[in-house]
Amino acid sequence: METARTFTPSASPARRHDGLRPLAAFLLAVVLVLNACDVSAQPDRNGPPKLGPPPSLRLPPIRHLALSNGIKVLLMEKHALPLVQVDLVVRAGALMDPEGKTGLASMTASMLTEGAGSRNALEFADAIDFLGAEISATSGFSITGISLHTPLTKLDSALVLLADVTRRPLFPAGELERLRKERLTSLIEWRDEPTALASVLFNRTLYGGHPYGRPSGGTAASLRGISVDDLKTFHDGYIVPGNTTIIVVGDVTGDEMIQKLERAFGDWKGEPAPAPPVPAISQLKGKSVFFVDKPGAAQSVIEIGRVGVPRLTDDYFPIVVMNTILGGSFTSRLNMNLREKHGYTYGAGSRFQFRPLPGPFFATASVQTAVTDSSLVEFTNELKGILKPVPPSDVERAKNYVALGFPADFQSVAQIATQIEELVIYGLPDDYFNRYTERILAVTPADVERVARKYIDSDNLAFVIVGDRKEVGKSVSALKIAPEKFLTVEDVLGPAPVIDGGK
Amino acid sequence: MKRLFMLVMIACSLAQAGDPRITVGYTRFRLPNGLDVILHEDHTVPAVSVNLWYHVGSAREKPGRTGFAHLFEHLMFMGSKNAPEGKLDQWLEAAGGDNNATTSTERTNYYENIPSNALDLPLFLESDRMGYLVDAMTPAKVDAQRAVVKNERRQTYENRPYGLASILLDENLYPPDHPYHWPTIGSMADLSAASYEDVVNFFRTYYLPNNASLVIAGDIDPVKTKASVEYWFSDIKAGPPVPPQAAPVAYLAAEKRIVQEDKVQLPRLYMAWLSPAEYTPGDAELDLLANVLAGGKNSRLYKRLVYDMQIAQDVSAFQISSRLNSVFEIIATARGGHTLTEIERVIQEEINRVKAEAPSAHELGRAVNQFEASFLDRLENLGGLADQLNGYVAMTGNPDYFNEDLARYKAIDPAAVRAMANTWLRDDGRVVLSIVPTGKKELAATKEGR
Repeated sequence: METARTFTPSASPARRHDGLRPLAAFLLAVVLVLNACDVSAQPDRNGPPKLGPPPSLRLPPIRHLALSNGIKVLLMEKHALPLVQVDLVVRAGALMDPEGKTGLASMTASMLTEGAGSRNALEFADAIDFLGAEISATSGFSITGISLHTPLTKLDSALVLLADVTRRPLFPAGELERLRKERLTSLIEWRDEPTALASVLFNRTLYGGHPYGRPSGGTAASLRGISVDDLKTFHDGYIVPGNTTIIVVGDVTGDEMIQKLERAFGDWKGEPAPAPPVPAISQLKGKSVFFVDKPGAAQSVIEIGRVGVPRLTDDYFPIVVMNTILGGSFTSRLNMNLREKHGYTYGAGSRFQFRPLPGPFFATASVQTAVTDSSLVEFTNELKGILKPVPPSDVERAKNYVALGFPADFQSVAQIATQIEELVIYGLPDDYFNRYTERILAVTPADVERVARKYIDSDNLAFVIVGDRKEVGKSVSALKIAPEKFLTVEDVLGPAPVIDGGK
Repeated sequence: MKRLFMLVMIACSLAQAGDPRITVGYTRFRLPNGLDVILHEDHTVPAVSVNLWYHVGSAREKPGRTGFAHLFEHLMFMGSKNAPEGKLDQWLEAAGGDNNATTSTERTNYYENIPSNALDLPLFLESDRMGYLVDAMTPAKVDAQRAVVKNERRQTYENRPYGLASILLDENLYPPDHPYHWPTIGSMADLSAASYEDVVNFFRTYYLPNNASLVIAGDIDPVKTKASVEYWFSDIKAGPPVPPQAAPVAYLAAEKRIVQEDKVQLPRLYMAWLSPAEYTPGDAELDLLANVLAGGKNSRLYKRLVYDMQIAQDVSAFQISSRLNSVFEIIATARGGHTLTEIERVIQEEINRVKAEAPSAHELGRAVNQFEASFLDRLENLGGLADQLNGYVAMTGNPDYFNEDLARYKAIDPAAVRAMANTWLRDDGRVVLSIVPTGKKELAATKEGR
């Protein structure tokens, strides 16, 4: 199946909703539309139909509860279907990886489901699969997420398994060896993936030795150094009640759920270890161009950007709107230019990755090899163009796109829990969702111009290109963006790891 | 609103009684021009999904014009008589909406997810391009989207490791005159050849209200929504009925072994069989067999190849079910230092075993439980639900086919899975494709080594 218009490059539309407008306005809108309807007449196709005011999202309240050991519980009842989502948000991530042990947080998370409580890895997998439920544990830079998605009828059995993986992982040495080989093999597979190569090099260029500059799943050298003791130390130090908040969304009531959670987690003990210091992040100075040779590539992957801004910046809302205009929607300038006007690519976009510390800003596309240089010119034009005043109608469209589409992100129990996770991670207030629309709609064209000038500094950018050097290396050099550094796959990923065959 | 409330109560109470009956309420009607309309009310969020299927896909293409149904889909976004080029996306975004489309062998779907106040906007846009697309079509627009689609092919197939495997499999599973022989994305040469006249003819043959079905799901009042649909779509003229499609029988009389070099580090094995059409006997059994073979850590192939022997990086098994025919596939990537012959030997042993001996009740129960849970998940998202309603209508005539669909899986006993494995996973009728790193053909699966 071909997804003809999938807009992937920047696909993280930060969409916010309107919590203010009453239902009455929506009903009025329907009445107005209906009055215009007359089946016997030709429809009025002179321009788009007039629409009534948008409806508001009517979310059930978030209940704030606590277990006897102090673990906070945020719970939202949703009774549409007999499903329950339980997400544990644990302050434990790659920022806590000790020096030389990159990937430890991520490996610890993966190992939680490789045997826990009284069950070995196979027994655990059989138990959860037989319930038709899912438990997953993954780790990012700041947070380890341990999630349960289950039919209501299997909730009690599934909660026992969730408590086991969180509190009583077995960390069997044999399973660690198996996952280590699996990850080393993935690093070999990355050598074939131009987008992975671009991303690894881009992050390293921006962040150097900071954890944001390293693959959070580990490098060939660091993976070899991770031991069972490391996993235990990380788990006992960071995956502890004091670092944990539990989010529940689904077909339960607060009172019954708190009793179930108390049984599963109420007697869990442990104090958080101090987090290691993290090096400072500094902004790029000047321009740099890195070209990774992939002989025979049908397309060049382009990634251009710099260090962005922390999630809790006061400029968050204007940045979201500005990026929507630049490269965060189908009608964004990058996509309209590189895809619709020039036909260089299937899709172009840009994104700010918001994290507790300044994450990257980047613009990206996969472009046909022969037009690599022309594409770089158009990227540069758009990164300069967004610094100029933006027409108010473009700002209006972007604001509506972000604000009015937001309710659609609250459909499934897993989606809602993910939204609530953001409140937990960044300490945002409960009325955050309701006030978001108001704050997006308050952004002005002047705000957009101001944050573009502040954060999209077109004189200080890193350019990463992964493509066929023989075909396009010279034409890229002719652009004279900056002196190029030509690299090989080995330069980016090191020599291919050699892995012992079989078990 | 009352209607939804009752529906929810039914689903919940029965689920807790241990026998979940999934029921999705709907209103269905047909306009005089033949447009089939299904409305589903769900007020969970104040949003609506509009999902329009045209019953045409790459299976209707002719050799020499492969990829045309999908190219045409792109052209549907290039403006229609009353919605100039670019306006569709601008207007929908300005109303807080998302939109997209996909093309498969059998159908092309167009959809909008939008706040419920804005429902008339997608209805205006969809009706305008259903009725008046060619009024705004130009050869320049065809050229522009031709370039985009060629880049889609480069990005999705040519510049992606192992990206050409699915194309090679279909070419070898189906005879040249079978419509599943060619890929939906098409060939570069055929995309170059597509003309403006082709666009007009295709539109007049297939993009007809009497060849389409429209699902609207979400925060709606069915009575008022019916009036809106009648208002926007009634002026579009019906066309001649689309002729039924005759497809040649697909049958593999022998095993085909193919070795393809690619810019990859690790060799990957693909084993593929033709399997029964969607919703016909054997279809559900083979879905469960795929789970028994490669669904989860305890599945037979995963446990042996990835968990115990650790000679494979990954293994998957699945069925791609379609109207005329389906394909059952097993895919495994060898770890460094291992050949695909070693991998194939283990897969063959497990196929032989499931043909000789039915899976255990526990294995099958585990698979059925996972299918059952996935049915609940499919009701959670309006866009997915709307598309599923259209899919059920197209294949069964009944939009609310959830319960019957699930019942297919729950009724299967282990002996039936074994029987279908014997019928369909023939050693002498399959395609075995080895994708190997350039210059390393010795890593391919060989029959002699098996």
